[in-house]
This record gives sequence, C-alpha cells and structure tokens, in this order.
Amino acid sequence: MNDYKSIALAESRAYVFKIILRLSGYLAIAILCGVFITLASKAALSLQETGLSFFYTSTWDPVRDSFGAFPFFIGTMVTSVLALTISLPFSFALAIFLGEYLKQGRLSNIVSTTLDLLAGIPSVIYGFWGLFVLVPLIRDFQNMLGIVPHGVGIFSSSIVLALMIVPYSASISREVIALVPQDLKEAAQSLGATQFEVVTRVILPYAKSGIFAGILMSFGRAISETMAVTMLIGNANKIPTSLFSPANTLASVLANEFAEASEALYLSSLISLALMLFFITAIFSFVGRWIIRRWMVNG
Amino acid sequence: MKLKNSLKSRLAKDVAFKIVVGVLSAMLILPLLFILFYIVKHGSASFSWGFFTQTPVQVGETGGGVSNAIIGTLMLIGTASVFAIPLGILIGIYLSENRQSKVAEFTRLCVDTLQGVPSIVMGIIAYAWIVMPMGGFSAFSGGVALAIMMLPIVTKSTEETLILVPDSLKEASLALGVPYHSTILKVVLPAGKSGIMSGILLGVARVSGETAPLLFTAFGNPFMATNLFKPVNSLPLLIFNYATSPYEDWQTLAWGASLLLVLFVLSLSILAKVMVKK
Repeated sequence: MNDYKSIALAESRAYVFKIILRLSGYLAIAILCGVFITLASKAALSLQETGLSFFYTSTWDPVRDSFGAFPFFIGTMVTSVLALTISLPFSFALAIFLGEYLKQGRLSNIVSTTLDLLAGIPSVIYGFWGLFVLVPLIRDFQNMLGIVPHGVGIFSSSIVLALMIVPYSASISREVIALVPQDLKEAAQSLGATQFEVVTRVILPYAKSGIFAGILMSFGRAISETMAVTMLIGNANKIPTSLFSPANTLASVLANEFAEASEALYLSSLISLALMLFFITAIFSFVGRWIIRRWMVNG
Repeated sequence: MKLKNSLKSRLAKDVAFKIVVGVLSAMLILPLLFILFYIVKHGSASFSWGFFTQTPVQVGETGGGVSNAIIGTLMLIGTASVFAIPLGILIGIYLSENRQSKVAEFTRLCVDTLQGVPSIVMGIIAYAWIVMPMGGFSAFSGGVALAIMMLPIVTKSTEETLILVPDSLKEASLALGVPYHSTILKVVLPAGKSGIMSGILLGVARVSGETAPLLFTAFGNPFMATNLFKPVNSLPLLIFNYATSPYEDWQTLAWGASLLLVLFVLSLSILAKVMVKK
C-alpha cells in the first residue's frame, strides 16, 4: 500500500518537474517577446508623432522636438563597416595561421589563449585605452594631415572596434575552417598542392558560406558595441562628412542621452532608436546562424 | 622548363602567403598584448591597501579607493546569478530533453536572439521594467538587466553539455525505476556538472564587465551603498565615469579599477577553461 503511494508521489513529482521545465522554456520565449513588446509600445509615441520621417530625417534636436535617426544609422553603419574591413584580413590570417600552419604546440596554445582572454576584456576598458593611447596618436596624425585634430571620431572608434571584434571573428572563422573535411585537404596535398593552394582552392570555396555567416555575426557584434564607441566617437549628432569626423551611433546616442531624457517624446524617440538597434542586430545574428546551420547540414 | 618555372612560382606564392599570414597574425597579437600590458602597468601603480578599502574621495584630495564599486559589482553579480543560474539551467535541461519539439526549437531561437540583444537595449528594458515602476535607480534593476544577459550563456552551455551526456546513462537510471526528476537532477546533471559550472563562470565573467546595461539601472554612486534597492556603483561604471573625467586622480583610480576588473574576468575565464578540460 505504502509502495503504491510513494510511486504515485514520485510520478506526480516527475510530472510537476516536466511542467516546470516546459514553463521555463516558455519563459525564455516570454522574455524575448516582452523585450520586443516593451520597446515597440514605448516607441509608438515617437513613431506616431514623427512618422516614417523618423528614419530619414537628419536633424536630431531634442530642444526643438525634431527627431531624425538617419545620422545615427549612418554613423553605426560607417563605423561597423570600417571596423570590419580593418579587422577582416587580420582575423582571417589569424584563423588560417592557427587552423593550418600552427595547429598545435605551445605557441599555438599561447596565441589562442591570448585571443580568448582578450575577448573577455570589458568594452569600457578598450574605450579607456583608446582614449588615452590611440586618440593622441590619431590627433598627431590629423595634425600631420592638416585637418582639424579632433582625435576622437569615426576612425578612432573603428580601430578600437576592429581590435575588439578580431578575437570573436577569428574564433568563428577558425571553427568554420576546422569543419572542412580533412580528407579534402589531404587529397589536394597528395596531388601536389601547396599550402597556399589548399587554402585558396579547397578551404575557401568549401567554407565560403560559413565564413560569410561569420562576417555577418561579427558585423552584428560591431553594431551593438556600446561603451568603447561611446567614449571614442566624439558624440556629434550629425551625418559624418569624413572618416575622421565625430559622429554618433545608435548605441552611443542611447548611452549618452537616455538618462537625460525627461520629456515623453524625447524618451520615446530614444526607445525607437533602441528598437532599430534591436531589429538590426537580431536580423544579422539570425541570418548568420541560419546560413551556418544550412551549411553544416548540406556541407 | 616551363613546368619548373611554374613550380617555382607556386612555391614562391606559398612562401609569400605564409609570410603574409604570419606577419598579419603577429601585427594583431602585438597591439592586443600591448593593451594588456598597458592596463597592468598603469593599474598596478594605483593598487594599495586603501584602494581596496576606501571609497572615492572628492576632486582635489588624493588617495581614496574603489571599495564601493567592488561591493556594488558583487551585489550586481549576485542578483544576476540568483535569477539567471537556476532559470538558465532549467531552460538548458528543457532544450536538451526536447530536441525534436517545435516549441523547443522556437525557444532555442529566442535564447539565441536574446544573446544577441545589444547590452544597451537591455539597460533600457530593465529601466522600463524595474526602474520606472519602482520610481528610482537601484542595484536590483541593474542585476535584472545583467541576469537577462547572463541567461542565454548559462542556457546554451547547459544544453550543449547535457546533449553530450550519453542517453544510456539516463535510460539505465529510468530502467531502474528512478523517477524522471531524480534521474535528471541526480544522474544527468551531475554528469554534466563541469560543463555547466564553466558556463556559469563564463556568464559571470561576461556580465561583470558590462557597463551599458548599468547606465540607467544601477546608475552609479560615489558612496558606499549596500541597499539592493538604492543606486550602487560598479567597477565598469566607475571606470567609465572616471575615465571620461578631466581629473588625474580619478583617472588613476579608473586604471586601478580596470586592472582589478581585468584580473577578475580573466581568472574567471581561465577557471572556466580548466573546468571544461577536466
């Protein structure tokens, strides 16, 4: 009798446990939906007031209640594209270096551990370093070129951003390159291909879409990066006219102005920027992961 | 003759490529190492007993420390962990136990997307969810923002670890009549303990350096604060505020705080690595 009871008890506990598991899974969905709904509902006011012109007007002047997100969109895209362009050859070289030339051994361990550790350095510290080491250098450089020596600006933030995303993008490319079947490489080598030819004719064609996905994901990373860019971009709410001019990104304008926004429309306009940022990064990471998954299945 | 030439040029290309790859890698590793070195050099100069035990002093006075930021950071991490660790593990179990289900697939997508949400957006969310209803900045709201950022990391590492636990282990336990919940909690989870622990450490390491989500939640506080529902300082916030200030004393404190934070984050990630290797 007692045994039956305890079995029934255990079964009902197991049942409750399964329900808890399922509910926590649903909670993850609810959190993401909650994030989206909160942003959308708080952004509604600004989108009603400003309409679609919010996205293409280029004046951001909270005092006169004119809110246009275009300069920040451009600022975000320019810094991220520039950072990605700077970092790409390096991270790719590093991935090849670690994946093909230096597969094991002490040096390989040191390099990859260093990369992992550097990926862990907080963004605010990169910004701090950039402010004190890089910005003076850039200022000298600008003096040499004879342009206004701001020091801070798109160029400075892109360089630091590039340094920051290298560990991330190198580790993705490395993983992708590691997925290229060994027998393909060996087949090419046995036909007399040099390492260079193996890389350009076997690895690259095979890992093409994986690498592309990695680039998209790194791009998403660069776009969402906040602190270092906020400290280095110079915070100017206008469309940048040159690579050295101060600007603002979606993330940096949020970091700078959100705490000061007391007016409803101002606050709502800032949250519209956050919504934009949310969508852009979500799309990049979604497409990146989708490509990688499809590539891994079809191989 | 022609064949020989083409072989030569192929080999030359190969060597050139090798050099380019090596040089580019070195050019990259060096500045990164230089950053690390720079932080150590400037940070260690400001380490002293007072640095760890005192609160920041006013502009003009020398000395002072970052004890309030250390306490604040620990409070924020603690709050985030209380929410994110149990929930993250549960969601991870759910995902690894329901590999085929459509809902789990969608949950996984949501967790991945959540991981990609920019940290500054998380700050705004915590502002809207906690700061606005409660009427003020607080350590609690900052902890919640960090918890949402930590959650996907714990979930993913739990799922990835548990998928590797052999099904036969679970089946053996179930066949012996051990109820489902005990099987999961006492057989499957312990088998994946080190992986999950390392995921937790990585999650803590990730959020302890976050600044953006704290700007409008924990907000910062120049004084010692231990109340969970009042604004607190944290190391990243202190670095941000003092790095952008014009005062040298404050910048020195910020370098010290940077080194402390880097040491903390790096030792967590090293610990996480060691755990996985076991």
